[in-house]
Amino acid sequence: MPPDDSSARPLLETVGLKKYFKAGGGMLHAVDDVSLSVREGETLGIVGESGCGKSTLGRVVLRLIDSSGGEVLYRGENILTYSGRRMKDIRREMQIIFQDPFSSLDPRMTVFDTISEPLVVNGCGGGKAALAERILTLMNTVGLAESYINTYPHEMDGGRRQRVGIARALALNPKFIVCDEPVSALDVSIQAQILNLLMDLQEKFGLSYMFITHDLSVVKHISTEIAVMYLGQCVERAPSEELFKNPLHPYTKALLAAIPVPKLVQRKRSVIRGEVSDPIDPPLGCRFSPRCDFSKEGCVGENIPLAGGTHAVACRLYT
Amino acid sequence: MEDIDFNSQTRKKSRRGEIWRRMKKNRIAMVGLFIFSAILLLTISADLITPYDKAITGSLADRLTPPSSSHWFGTDNYGRDIFARILHASRRSLVMGIGAVLVGITLGGLLGACAGYYGGRVDSVIMRIIDTVICIPFMLLVLAIVAALGPGLVNVLIALMISMIPTYTRVIRSAILTVVGQDYIEAAKSCGTPNRWIILKHVLPNAIGPIIVQATMTVGTMIIWAASTSFLGMGIQPPEPEWGAMLAESKDYMLTAPYMVMFPGFAIALTALSLNLMGDGLRDALDPRLKD
Repeated sequence: MPPDDSSARPLLETVGLKKYFKAGGGMLHAVDDVSLSVREGETLGIVGESGCGKSTLGRVVLRLIDSSGGEVLYRGENILTYSGRRMKDIRREMQIIFQDPFSSLDPRMTVFDTISEPLVVNGCGGGKAALAERILTLMNTVGLAESYINTYPHEMDGGRRQRVGIARALALNPKFIVCDEPVSALDVSIQAQILNLLMDLQEKFGLSYMFITHDLSVVKHISTEIAVMYLGQCVERAPSEELFKNPLHPYTKALLAAIPVPKLVQRKRSVIRGEVSDPIDPPLGCRFSPRCDFSKEGCVGENIPLAGGTHAVACRLYT
Repeated sequence: MEDIDFNSQTRKKSRRGEIWRRMKKNRIAMVGLFIFSAILLLTISADLITPYDKAITGSLADRLTPPSSSHWFGTDNYGRDIFARILHASRRSLVMGIGAVLVGITLGGLLGACAGYYGGRVDSVIMRIIDTVICIPFMLLVLAIVAALGPGLVNVLIALMISMIPTYTRVIRSAILTVVGQDYIEAAKSCGTPNRWIILKHVLPNAIGPIIVQATMTVGTMIIWAASTSFLGMGIQPPEPEWGAMLAESKDYMLTAPYMVMFPGFAIALTALSLNLMGDGLRDALDPRLKD
């Protein structure tokens, strides 16, 4: 397909996506009015601290959790309205890689069983020999030695387990993969290996990623565009380089300042004070304002929309 | 290509062989298996060893004789040979114990699996019904069902099955809940795996440990419960032999003729023990994480 066509319309788009959970007498706003897009062959990094709703966002996009409102457009069609059968077809194109390679693989299944499951379930396994060949190809693609085909997850280290998880995700030739903190449970040396693998695969198969992480140094490496989330909302969205060079939202600034830099001279850092406020029925307005050094009158009382072109920010300092 | 095919071939074949190989390594489990096989063999060939008549008729002249060469396990208060009775009783007792557990655990397992896996409203409805049933004392429930169906072996069996379902449902539901939250279930869902497949291939195999333990533990209990119904005149009708019923009959002679209690008790204990040992071994053999 021509490249200009793919850049014109995003592969996946969320429009005002919401997910509320019933909790403690109110609604927990896990994902609140998030509108993002992922273009074909590109990576959207989703950054935020624990509990900001980034994993929930990834699961709602794949319909592993039902949404509370909004739309998820895949190639321009709202998949949230799809019936079971159509959804099953679309699932082949959308996969997920999990954070914890220790709980994402069934401990009673060998590598062969794990990788073959999506193929068998979707009826594209073919004959025994064809299935075995396909699995060996997949193992090869993710850099897993063939000798591991009959091993159980507990016999492998974290990096290899994660490779099995990636092979499973690739089995159905997906176009779009949600990577839910795929490297945060791994050693730093293995993190780099897995990240390189993911980038190689992207290039090879033209994959699009939604890359969820709390580690900014990881997304910088891999993302085309980055969205920063705070308490269920997207507070800033910009191309990767632009965000690192010129962060606008005070929260983004603080996040960037938290990345350790090996320097002998002490840096002046903006440290966030206080705790994350209650995600249950949050008041209108900027959710970061109770912790923000720049909060002023207009920050609370009404919601602040994400505004701006390629570099969008939801902050009163700029609107 | 050739060796790829070979790879998958050996894997498929070795699955059951692998479990058996690991089970064989477990000496205690093999002892259990040996004892249980012996019990099963004796049960099947009971008629060849002693005729059934010997188990239900006896001469009062011979009553309450201690074990001897003519009556290996002694005789009871009617002069019946205890050895013959135990041998012939094993059929009823094993059917009672194992049958009630197998059916109870299958139905309870199905309910528990649905409740645990689907959660939400399905869980609420199933568990509230189970809670209601579990409120009724076990024996009362069994008796009520037997009273409704009429006394007899089959009806007691049905009553025991039904009465055990709530217990199994609860145990299995909780075993399943520990598995359902795992990422590999979500991974399976994300590639469109049907729920049926997920429950059978992922959820149950990973929750099998407590299920096997619960099953093997309750076989002995079931035999005793069956005996209690016999004792109350609802179950097996005399003079038919049954281990639990024999235990119940012999309680009056416990001090004067202890062998009357000992042998049926021993038979129940041995059956339960062998099943427990086997169950533990099977549970370990099914778990690839405990390979060595």
